[in-house]
Amino acid sequence: MPVLETTDLTIRFGGLTAVLDLNIYLEAGELVGLIGPNGAGKTTVFNMLTGVYKPSAGTINFCGETLCSAQHAMLPSLISMKGIARTFQNIRLFKELSVLDNVKIAFHQHVKYSLATSFFHTGRYAAEEKEIEKKAIELLQLFDLDNKQNEQAKNLPYGEQRRLEIARALATNPKLLLLDEPAASMNPQETQNLMELIRFIREKFDLTILLIEHDMSLVMGVCERIYVLDYGKVIAQGTPAEIRANPKVIEAYLGGENIA
Amino acid sequence: MKFRSLIKMGVVFAVGFVLHLLIKVGFINGYYDHILTKICMFIIAAVSLNLINGICGQFSIGHAGFMAVGAYTAAIFTKNPDLFIPAAIAGMPRFFIALAIGGSVAAFVGFLVGLPTLRLRGDYLAITTLGFGEIIRVLLLNWKFVGGASGYFGIKPYANFLSVYILAVITVVVLSNFIASSYGRACIAIREDEVAAETMGINTTKYKIIAFVLAAFFAGIAGGIYAHLMQAIMPRDFSFLVSIDILLMVVLGGLGSTSGSIVAAIFLTIVTESLRRFQSLRVIIYSLVLIFIMIFRPQGLLGNQEFSTPMLKEKIRLLFNRTKSGKGHTSTEGTE
Amino acid sequence: MTLGQQILQQLINGISLGSVYALIALGYTMVYGIIRLINFAHGEVFMIGAFVGYFIITLFKLPFILALIFAMIFCALLGIFMERLAYKPLRDAPRIAALMTAVGLSIFFQNLMVYLKWIGASPKAFPRVIEITRFEVIENVYLTSDKILTLGVALVLMLALQYVVHKTKMGKAMRAVSQDKDAAQLMGINVDSTISFTFALGSALAAAGGILYAVSYGKIIYNMGTMPGLKAFVSAVLGGIGSIPGAVAGGMLLGITENAVSAAGMSMLRDAVAFAILILILLIKPTGIFGKNTREKV
Repeated sequence: MPVLETTDLTIRFGGLTAVLDLNIYLEAGELVGLIGPNGAGKTTVFNMLTGVYKPSAGTINFCGETLCSAQHAMLPSLISMKGIARTFQNIRLFKELSVLDNVKIAFHQHVKYSLATSFFHTGRYAAEEKEIEKKAIELLQLFDLDNKQNEQAKNLPYGEQRRLEIARALATNPKLLLLDEPAASMNPQETQNLMELIRFIREKFDLTILLIEHDMSLVMGVCERIYVLDYGKVIAQGTPAEIRANPKVIEAYLGGENIA
Repeated sequence: MKFRSLIKMGVVFAVGFVLHLLIKVGFINGYYDHILTKICMFIIAAVSLNLINGICGQFSIGHAGFMAVGAYTAAIFTKNPDLFIPAAIAGMPRFFIALAIGGSVAAFVGFLVGLPTLRLRGDYLAITTLGFGEIIRVLLLNWKFVGGASGYFGIKPYANFLSVYILAVITVVVLSNFIASSYGRACIAIREDEVAAETMGINTTKYKIIAFVLAAFFAGIAGGIYAHLMQAIMPRDFSFLVSIDILLMVVLGGLGSTSGSIVAAIFLTIVTESLRRFQSLRVIIYSLVLIFIMIFRPQGLLGNQEFSTPMLKEKIRLLFNRTKSGKGHTSTEGTE
Repeated sequence: MTLGQQILQQLINGISLGSVYALIALGYTMVYGIIRLINFAHGEVFMIGAFVGYFIITLFKLPFILALIFAMIFCALLGIFMERLAYKPLRDAPRIAALMTAVGLSIFFQNLMVYLKWIGASPKAFPRVIEITRFEVIENVYLTSDKILTLGVALVLMLALQYVVHKTKMGKAMRAVSQDKDAAQLMGINVDSTISFTFALGSALAAAGGILYAVSYGKIIYNMGTMPGLKAFVSAVLGGIGSIPGAVAGGMLLGITENAVSAAGMSMLRDAVAFAILILILLIKPTGIFGKNTREKV
């Protein structure tokens, strides 16, 4: 059974159909790319998968559970608890807060001490807070950010902000990770490192990953399967080699970016 | 760390005890006793409003409405010996129970006001709380049982300095603990970025309501104290202007800074008392101060961070550097 | 008097009151539409409009229509002044900062009135500008001259607004800026002056509302703007904030409801009704009757 499966997922904004009849699936442990020209509706797909937008029609199934259908839609917070985490195209860190706090916040859904405990700091409070801090620092270490844990997130360089966003997403302990243009405005060396990092976290955290990316070297380099979206519709899917050879894809991108 | 907070607590209790003694021996006269008690009450009000406006990033301007609910509820229970609480419980214990009931009723009302409003993004909370404050006033004006416009009299003066001081300390400790906890971090995340918070698994509506209800609870307590300090309350004691006074304390102290709220509450209560004879001029000045702070220093006059020894040391160091090098660069503040 | 006649009479009264709410609500909704700010000081503009009208009529002995025009011009300038001085510096600041400034302005204007010796805290009788005569529309249903005046002026102003927004270049700029400030700027629209113009328009309408309100109620006081301002905001939300026809419809609906509640003998609760409506609309359809579902871009 696939980890994630969408059936005829559609969303309309007024008269504009941003995504039409999207049918995609991800098997456990897969690393799949979602590519397409600007405005193809890629981020809109992420917004539907995470509950930020409510689809107009269609269903999303995740690990045997229906996240949304015509009858109901789960809140983004609940979807996060079910195990989908994401990063944002335009980086949405908690800018004024420290790097460490950014990650600690994402641990919130796993906190076991009660609200009443938080008033008096009794019982499990101290032990659990210590545990959260320890885990957060461990995560930051993986992303080479532990030496900057007390800096304000907004003061980090761009590449580190992207990494921090991934670290924050992992703190929610997801099964499925959605990465929205993780390599945007990175130099080739940074992109190379990011590629390794993505492979590494997939192994370490036992993740399924769906990523949106414009950098074809990254997409072709790490993804096992690719969906190509154009004008809200899947126009092609397959392995990187198949996609590279697909005339439809070349047409969609013609005059745009260089494939491979 | 533990040791430091023990010392802090020790200092806090010593200050309270010394002030209490000075009042008892008559070194601090009745008038100043009254003002000190009022300061403690406003600390409770300001610190609780800071939770919703400063920590959670929502905008409530009806704090006086919740104080009114707490004040009238608590007063009804201390004035009517047979009501709900057995008459055998009298004096101070009855006062504390009445306060708890007043706070709880205010919290419940806060829940009712917050539920429809807080699930929406945007500025609806501001207008709803403003409307709520006005409605409470109108309802109280028309409620004969509590005296309507002429006021509710003969409330016993249970709110003495020591008891209110202890309540203020409890409030500050409880709310600071909450803010420092994971629940508090969730509220701060909502302030910083609601969408990101939501996708991190934080049910934003739930935490906004928690913060709002908590704030309403402590506002109710502050109101109950007010009733038993003034011994007479009337609807106009809880007008919109009182909400603005408390709002100014939060803003002046720096949105989100509990210690800032405390300092500003002390400062503004004293200023308000000394300008009592110039009511409209005072309000004009306050409103201008509010506007100027927002335009020129939105992080608050005192900055938005907590007071702590390292922070004070840093400020002093910066001040020293500034006078030496001639150019003032402050790296710890300036969060425009 | 039959029930049908009673209902009709209350409908007339409600529409008359509602048209005043609508005039204020238009300012709220336009300003919100263009800079996403609840201008809390809008109710105070309404109050100041009434006071300006009062002084023009009593001191300069000018006719009502000139008082109306002068008050509208005065408040339009006040609106521009307010926007430039207090809101413009905060356009990119967190929303809470602009909101607090708006609240500060509201308090400031009210207490300035109290502080000024020649205004003070006590109410003033608004001069009678029109002989109150009653016309029997149908049997037992009356229309008074002040209601005709209110309805007439409100209608003319609303039509004028409709013309400005839909037929003039400035109106087109307003609609463009409310859609997308940055894109409008790139199209060569002067965003600053468009926003100022919106404030001027909204404030002028509020001033007219203030004078009409004063004519109906016969007295003015420094805090007269609070309740009508609050209710006008509820009207704007009811109709769908940001929508001009919505503000008019919301105002009428609220005016009628309020009158119905009073007529049913619960006049004590008439102020609470607006609040109840606000809560209900936020629960059921927060976008209001005419509101569009806008989503935050993520």
